[in-house]
Amino acid sequence: MLVIGEKISIIAKKVREAMMKRDPKPVQELAAAQWKAGAHFIDVNIGPAEEKGEDLMKWMAESIQEKVHLPLCLDTTNPSALEAGLKAHNNQWGRALINSTSNEPERFIMLELAAKYNAQVIGLTLGKGGLPADAEERCAIAAEIMGRALEYGVPLEDIYLDPLILQVCTMQDHAMHALKAVKMFQELNDPPMKTVVGLSNISNGVPKEMRSLIDRNYLALLIYEGLTAAIMNPLDKDLMDTLKTVEVFVGKTLYAHSYLET
Amino acid sequence: MAYAVPKEAYNGKVLNVKFGKAPNAVSIGGENAMPFLSFEGEIPNKPVIAFEIQDMPPDDWPDTVKNQFAGVSSDPVKWAQRCQNELKAQAIALRLISTHPDRENRSPQDAAKTVKDVLSAINIPLIILGSNNVEKDASVLVAAAEAAGGYNCIIGKAQEGNYKTIVAAALAHNHKIIAMSELDINLAKQLNILITQMGFNKENLITDPMCSALGYGLEYTYSVMERIRLAALLQNDATMQPPIAGDVGMYVWKIKEVSASESEAPLWGSLEERGIAWEALTAAAMLIAGTNLLIMRHPKAVETVQKVIKELV
Repeated sequence: MLVIGEKISIIAKKVREAMMKRDPKPVQELAAAQWKAGAHFIDVNIGPAEEKGEDLMKWMAESIQEKVHLPLCLDTTNPSALEAGLKAHNNQWGRALINSTSNEPERFIMLELAAKYNAQVIGLTLGKGGLPADAEERCAIAAEIMGRALEYGVPLEDIYLDPLILQVCTMQDHAMHALKAVKMFQELNDPPMKTVVGLSNISNGVPKEMRSLIDRNYLALLIYEGLTAAIMNPLDKDLMDTLKTVEVFVGKTLYAHSYLET
Repeated sequence: MAYAVPKEAYNGKVLNVKFGKAPNAVSIGGENAMPFLSFEGEIPNKPVIAFEIQDMPPDDWPDTVKNQFAGVSSDPVKWAQRCQNELKAQAIALRLISTHPDRENRSPQDAAKTVKDVLSAINIPLIILGSNNVEKDASVLVAAAEAAGGYNCIIGKAQEGNYKTIVAAALAHNHKIIAMSELDINLAKQLNILITQMGFNKENLITDPMCSALGYGLEYTYSVMERIRLAALLQNDATMQPPIAGDVGMYVWKIKEVSASESEAPLWGSLEERGIAWEALTAAAMLIAGTNLLIMRHPKAVETVQKVIKELV
């Protein structure tokens, strides 16, 4: 399973300050730590970035990829900032992933950008009518996103469908709905559609010391259902050890006594 | 619509290992597709066959293969030269069998001298094998590694019980290592991890999951080798990417099918052809499972397998 390191986010105070001061060091260190811990992508969440978003995303992409040889998951609702990130992205380390398009009309432009810059794109199964009620509704939205992707010239193998993980502490039923959706998404195409989740959404709102426990147990179930990628914290060793262990169970990794050390 | 050949996409690549000295150094591995499926990827190196020689007369070999080396097999230097000059070997595998406590129990110093003598008489790459006695190999292979310093040899076999000293010697004298486990894919992976955790570069490693002869567990060897290759290529498992060695000769030339006389087994046909076919068939199966380096005995079997390689590449 692909790990998309979530640590570089405007929500984190240290990252936000570095962004504002244009101080590359904290951002580069956090990216490097996630790379070393086994991340395959680095998520770069700059939020809505309404002011100087283009400049910020360009600076982030260049600063990170100067030190870390991984593709980036560009995470902003501001399309022009996203485009600036795609232009600056160094494809030598892999193709960028756009986070994200959805069924909301203002997010359609992300597909246009994906086609224009040969990037991959996350399709969040969120529509105009608020939160999807269940797995079936998520699939209906996914089908619309897939149809639209083809219209825009984005191949289906470049789409990662995201069932939208909701917090278990207030919307408990959705834990099962999202798991079921991960399974059903794969059946929407042959070869199977790729899937992705924002894992830590599941533990939003729970006491801090319980978040890792909740994340890692939910990840095990998601991997069992065939999840392709997760935006998660690679610096959480228990979480990474769970990932490695479940990959042994499902046959993606060959067992050896030292499998946790590789 | 035109027919499109279905192709597997591989994520990983077998490591390229080069041993011996210029201009006769030999490279194995480097492929990013399953054996001989060159339409699916790059296969830069052909499998290599090393001729096995020993440091004492091969009294335990059946006559049909022993006779091939009559006149030279009592002297490893002459034996090596015959393989290099007349049989055009790409590499030689010197087995220090005399050091085994149940054979002549010769000392590591004796073994080191043999290694030196052989190395100074040939210019093709040398593979140095112990007697497969875990304790004795630890001292014999250390002395051999030192004696062969500067020749970029392959030293083997490092096993779970002795890898630390052998790996340290290979590190000190810049040799490659064969890591051997006994038909246990999880142990094969574990041994590779342990060896690289000592600071040994995985690009200097060759894995030997243990060979077996046709009719004597070949299907187990085949499955383990194939699974190693699939882990390396499809799952991009970096611990499973060293090239594979198949020590074919020693497993084939001890079974009854290659030594039972024509009067004992009249339905089995010519004894000589039987042995050659048995070694060649076993080796060919290993190649299709993913072996990059074969160690063989009978010149006719080697010739046959070379032909197989030429036709499949």
